[in-house]
Amino acid sequence: MLALPRSSRRAGGLIGWLNNAHVRAILYQVLTAAAIVLLGWYLVHNTVANLDARGMSVGFGFLDASAGFGISFTLIPYQEGDTYSRVFLVGIANTLLVAIISIILATVLGLIIGLARLSDNWLIRTLSRTYIEILRNTPLLLQIIAWFFGVFNLLPRPRDSLSWLDVFALNNRGFYMPAPLPGPGFEFVIAAFVLAVAFAVGLKRWAHRRQDATGQIFPALPVGFAAIVFVPLAVFWVLGAPLAWEMPELRGFNYQGGLSVPPSFCALVVALSVYTSCFIAENVRSGIQSVSKGQHEAAASLNLKPSWTMRLIILPQALRVIIPPTISQYLNVTKNSSLAIAIGFPDLVSVWMNTSLNQSGQAIPIVAMTMAFYCAASLTVSLIMNQYNRRVMLKER
Amino acid sequence: MRPHTLLFTAAAAVASLGFAGAATAQETLAQVKERGHLNCQVGLPTPGFYGLSDDGTWSGIDVDICRAVSAAIFGDPDQIEYQSVTSAVRFTSLANGESDMLSRTTTWTAVRDTQLGLEFTGVNFYDGQGFLVPVDSGITSVMELDGATVCVLTGTTTELNLADFFRANGMEFEPVTNENVNVIVEQYLGGGCDAYTNDKSGLAARRSAFPDPSAHVILPETISKEPLGPVVRQGDQNWGDIVRWTLNGMIEADELGITSENVDEMMNSDNPTVKRILGVEGNIGEGLGLDPDFMVSVLKNVGNYGEIYERNVGADTAIGIARDGTLNAQWTEGGILYAPPFR
Repeated sequence: MLALPRSSRRAGGLIGWLNNAHVRAILYQVLTAAAIVLLGWYLVHNTVANLDARGMSVGFGFLDASAGFGISFTLIPYQEGDTYSRVFLVGIANTLLVAIISIILATVLGLIIGLARLSDNWLIRTLSRTYIEILRNTPLLLQIIAWFFGVFNLLPRPRDSLSWLDVFALNNRGFYMPAPLPGPGFEFVIAAFVLAVAFAVGLKRWAHRRQDATGQIFPALPVGFAAIVFVPLAVFWVLGAPLAWEMPELRGFNYQGGLSVPPSFCALVVALSVYTSCFIAENVRSGIQSVSKGQHEAAASLNLKPSWTMRLIILPQALRVIIPPTISQYLNVTKNSSLAIAIGFPDLVSVWMNTSLNQSGQAIPIVAMTMAFYCAASLTVSLIMNQYNRRVMLKER
Repeated sequence: MRPHTLLFTAAAAVASLGFAGAATAQETLAQVKERGHLNCQVGLPTPGFYGLSDDGTWSGIDVDICRAVSAAIFGDPDQIEYQSVTSAVRFTSLANGESDMLSRTTTWTAVRDTQLGLEFTGVNFYDGQGFLVPVDSGITSVMELDGATVCVLTGTTTELNLADFFRANGMEFEPVTNENVNVIVEQYLGGGCDAYTNDKSGLAARRSAFPDPSAHVILPETISKEPLGPVVRQGDQNWGDIVRWTLNGMIEADELGITSENVDEMMNSDNPTVKRILGVEGNIGEGLGLDPDFMVSVLKNVGNYGEIYERNVGADTAIGIARDGTLNAQWTEGGILYAPPFR
């Protein structure tokens, strides 16, 4: 409830009331909000009325209609008779797959290149600098097309595939690998893995506390790592290796069975990771260089191992500088994955905003849904990364 | 920005939106005349249908429909601005008024006609979907394509027919899609797919531009009906009638034997049907808002249906689709080309 300030009561009447700055501010805000709502309503109403006048149907009813076209690569099951809403999900799954794989590869690659950029070795330093300067300064779309037509489309045909131990095959229809077929009891292996990870985390905490209390050092990292690798492996053998592999085999036109990704996927992931890795490499370099030389020297004078200097002194300080711009790179990867349309990889923009839009003609709902997805995805990524950033931020005590 | 300034800005924005909405109701014919040229949408260059020559001029059987409409309106077949856009955005571009008409091997279907705000004005080429495969693949029938990777343009009826056909026959396929026909053809030639599917005329047209056309063969089966024709926006029926009756006039002239060469002599013909089509008798042109002799201009400048067919896709061209005995022959000669009477 708004309590009228004393001054307006004294002046009395509507004029006096309007002369009150506080009341006026609220009044303007209410009017502005109303105008924005009206404007939004007008835009929606106008669009619907105009579409109606042109005889174009509107609404989300088409989502339940059968899409009727094939999609070359789907992460989740899809058949030609499925609905448009299924196509939307297929597109989202494919986009997320590309984004996640590219983000992981770009981060690993960017970290290596960024550290190589700071190397004392002239050759490594110059090579990584050349890599960054060339790849960062050419358009991404060009790189995607170059990878696709210059590399993956020129691979041999299925009959002459590049094959590695008859397990992996690469040809101009895609990359083929064995598919795991978990047998009975495989869930115990997964459970063992989860337990081993929990054990490793606990071990690290315990070692940290012990070191704080007694100064004794326990090699928690190698021991934890060994536990994560060997415990599930032991369970796996004890249970009699309950995992079969479905091998890709050349049958008819192409390899059948196993897991496969199309050449457009390979080209897209390679181009996105390589391009983004340059920016991440520069973030890593700037982060490390932002830590003053005195920190290195102090660590050296305490006779700390170089690996410890990096892990315990330089990186925690460098991460504060590295993370914020890297968040935007992760967001860029997610959004840049929409360039897939140029080489026909069925990501969200390609199957939804292009194919589905064309086949159904429902431009407005489709564009709105696509925008909503990208907005939601970007906000989620930045939310997660901001949480992480808060953890490594300078703690002021 | 102070609160009330913001308010006025919002109000001004609303007002300007109101004005923007009012301009679209004007008739297309009046707009085209006032503008001085026709905005005609074609596809990415495809020989025979909408081909682009080295000196930048468009030609083809679909381009000739645009030229005929321009000749009907202006008496000049070249008052046209060609808009070459991908098939993915063709209907949007037409619906929002960027193009006055499109003439670009577009299939007439019920959904497009009823739900996309489009009006199909006839058929200038009866086609069907087929498959192109390399000769050295040894494939001779569509039924041998089980498990094949098939290149297809996205956003087309072809893409839907492809899925329907394989589903109906219990066969598997893997599509390779793109919105750009040049990319798709490049992928097919690079071996990225086992077969390329499109309307058979489109396959023949594309093959004619391959480095070695004889190394590729069109499989005999036709898996769909593809009536291709010019399209206009729904809501301006007079404009639709102009495009429809220009096309019908060219088909009727083909049937009556009126060509670009003998049109002047035919003006003196005693045949009342010929007199009506050339505007010597009757007022069909006026009913459309055009000159009475608009078909004379169309026939003189562009020619009748038979002429544009033979010139662009006929047996003597690189495309080489003989007209005799196909659906595109006149109804009197075993085809299904049948223009409603011009009276």
